[in-house]
Amino acid sequence: MINIILAILSTAGALAILFASIGILRMPDFYLRLSVTVKASSLGVGLLLICAAIMFPDDASVTTKSIAIIFFLFITAPIAAHMIGRAAYFIGTPLWKGTIIDELDGMYNKKTHELKSDPHDAINKSTGRENDQIAETDEETR
Amino acid sequence: MTLGTYFDFVILPILTISVILVFIRLFRGPAIVDRVIALDLIITIGIGIITVYSIRQNQKVLLDVAIILALIAFLGTIAFSYYIEKQKDD
Repeated sequence: MINIILAILSTAGALAILFASIGILRMPDFYLRLSVTVKASSLGVGLLLICAAIMFPDDASVTTKSIAIIFFLFITAPIAAHMIGRAAYFIGTPLWKGTIIDELDGMYNKKTHELKSDPHDAINKSTGRENDQIAETDEETR
Repeated sequence: MTLGTYFDFVILPILTISVILVFIRLFRGPAIVDRVIALDLIITIGIGIITVYSIRQNQKVLLDVAIILALIAFLGTIAFSYYIEKQKDD
């Protein structure tokens, strides 16, 4: 019985990680890749660590370590993803050409690195399709 | 089929294929931020591989390595994004 639970948990974890890696290879631009990667890999590694915690039932240190790693991953992965996404938008990484709206357009002050939240305060808002961050072709982001 | 052979012949190959797929993105990645998240994902998958390996070898000590790797991956991504944001455009 416990073997079946372990097999199901580890299969789900390994498949989540596989989907994350297929996503990072196939998604059309950086921001979609980031969105796929962080969630799916956190889920996969979490399931594998739960599997390890069930595997050694008589040892409390393994359970403690597994829960510590899961907790640490779950609080740090979103922070790291936010930081790298913000830096990527700041240095002008292009968005996918099929992007409908770029709501951050003009909201960042490029000098002081401040973010405005009200759309009326937007500075240097791009005027058209030519000078915004959305890519014109697929090759720019692939 | 025992659980041990299932780990050896199904779970570990799936994780290995995942690492290879992410390596392709690490080489191709058009921008530097693509490479940063590919490296982050490789380390995260490495934590999973270490976990499965520690189950198979019955070595509980290997989970300590996973803790340190999680810490280093987080610090590395934060440092990369900090300095990418600070860099001059020209």
